[in-house]
Amino acid sequence: MSDVQLAEAKTRPASRPNPIKRFIKQHGWSYAFVLPSMLCFALFTLFPVAWALIISFQQGDIVSDNQWVGFKNYLRAFTTDSGVFVKAIQNTLYYTILTVVANILIALALAALIQGRHKHVKTFFLAAFYLPAVTSSVIIAVVWKFIYNSEYGFLNYLLSLVHIAPMRWLSDPNLVLNSITLSTILTIPATGIVLFNAAMGSIPPEYYEAARLDGAGPIMCWWHITLPLIKSTTLYVVVLYTIASFQVFEKVFILVPSGVGNSTQVIVTQIYQNAFQQFRYGIASAQAFILFLMIAAVTVVQFRFFRSDVEY
Amino acid sequence: MAQHSVHLKRTRKPVKWTSIMAWIILLIAAVVALWPMYWLFITALTPTTFAIKTPPDLIPLHASIDNFQRLLTQASDYWSWGKNSIIIALTITIFHIFFDTLAGYAFAKKNFPGKDFLFWLLVATMMIPSYVTFIPLYVETRNLGLLDNLLAVILPGLAGVFGIFLMRQYIQTLPTELLEAARMDGCGELRVFWHVILPLSKPAVGALAIMVFVQHWNDFFWPLVVLQSSSNYTLPVGVAGLQGEFTTDFGIIFAGAALAALPMIIFFMIFQRNFLSGVRMGAIKG
Repeated sequence: MSDVQLAEAKTRPASRPNPIKRFIKQHGWSYAFVLPSMLCFALFTLFPVAWALIISFQQGDIVSDNQWVGFKNYLRAFTTDSGVFVKAIQNTLYYTILTVVANILIALALAALIQGRHKHVKTFFLAAFYLPAVTSSVIIAVVWKFIYNSEYGFLNYLLSLVHIAPMRWLSDPNLVLNSITLSTILTIPATGIVLFNAAMGSIPPEYYEAARLDGAGPIMCWWHITLPLIKSTTLYVVVLYTIASFQVFEKVFILVPSGVGNSTQVIVTQIYQNAFQQFRYGIASAQAFILFLMIAAVTVVQFRFFRSDVEY
Repeated sequence: MAQHSVHLKRTRKPVKWTSIMAWIILLIAAVVALWPMYWLFITALTPTTFAIKTPPDLIPLHASIDNFQRLLTQASDYWSWGKNSIIIALTITIFHIFFDTLAGYAFAKKNFPGKDFLFWLLVATMMIPSYVTFIPLYVETRNLGLLDNLLAVILPGLAGVFGIFLMRQYIQTLPTELLEAARMDGCGELRVFWHVILPLSKPAVGALAIMVFVQHWNDFFWPLVVLQSSSNYTLPVGVAGLQGEFTTDFGIIFAGAALAALPMIIFFMIFQRNFLSGVRMGAIKG
């Protein structure tokens, strides 16, 4: 043993009496600070997700008598009740595509229109658009249900003014999914407008001045400067709205509580019925994971799509 | 964009039809956005017999508070719903502020073994829809004997990683020298947190508090599942229940819905600026 090592060995007990104590002294507070949220996260997110994964591969009543059934629940998810889940996925995709495209276009247009206006004008419109967004979607759906009422509803009254026969918005199987979709489209996408407006406001005005000197009109400016520069915001908003639309529930639950045949089944109403009305826990969990996989897949595709473009 | 078009045309005495079009579109959008809100309060103030007549009154010609009186006598649990909603949303918000700021501070300013792994774990679970967790949560709740108890809604509400990200993001921008200075002056870790971090994070804490409160005030699926007796409902669950109970008595249903919407509308009008800055803050991480 060299002198240095000897000296180290001698001093070690004095300078660092106990590595555990030292570790606690150094990092104890850090762990104490993250502990409360990590505990909640573990108990109410991590553990349930892991358990749900197990349940999705089991058959039984969870508490006792569970059997491993492999991927059977994932197959039965699509075949139970004569395959209504397939229809629910189709309905959800239909609803998602229409509402996300409409929401993004409307948000882009309205954000552009309030851009550069007087501060008070901007505040007024942002507040007007955002007010319904802070209201519970249950309450908004209650109002829409009345607006869609086939006898007393405001929409059929509007149609009667132009001599169109009243429609059964919420009971006609061929119409009801469109009615649900329309009510979402007509709810102005406030979050998108706020975010797009902030992103557009942060574009340096010199870019537009330079483009104008080169003879570009407003539409050219919009296409070649605004759109490329707010791309990351667009991605965020698209992902946000897609995830929300995939999980549509309240609206359907309130507008058509008992459903209109299969035409109003969406993924989450299926999960709700299987889990809390039919008590088919395995199938419901499998369907919830299928929903997760769909969201993950779509999000990845959206990230790819937006990244493939040229970065400015 | 309208601004630029106006500049462009300045030289040839503007025919501002684009500007007029822009205003018309904006006003139509505002009407479309606010129409359901307007209709909500109009119908709530109109006795049912008038609410279902054709043509409908576009302004409240027969306004009365009759519906509200009937609501509060016939739906006797209404005040309990309001009380439950406040208890749930407020408790969750207060705990979230402390938990998320503490964790956000540790993730932003401290180094400890396992930090990256924990953070990665939080990010990884972000995309998992909450519906995945509801069956195990239901069993957990039942085993703890908390079914039909407000705690069944409050406890799972304490989890949620969004606030941790928001606070971490914000606290990262605070100068580290300030923390070191406080420590030099003999502040312990708790005092640094309480007297330096928390006051400096006020803007983010305000935005977080609003977002968490609104989210849980409006929460529907989980309370619907675990709250079973009417006196334990929250406002959204109760209002949804009014529909089943009073089917075509729109007056009572709308009075219940309007009264439930009112607190959040007032809250929004007062803190409007904080609401909108919260939305923007939340997007920074994107």
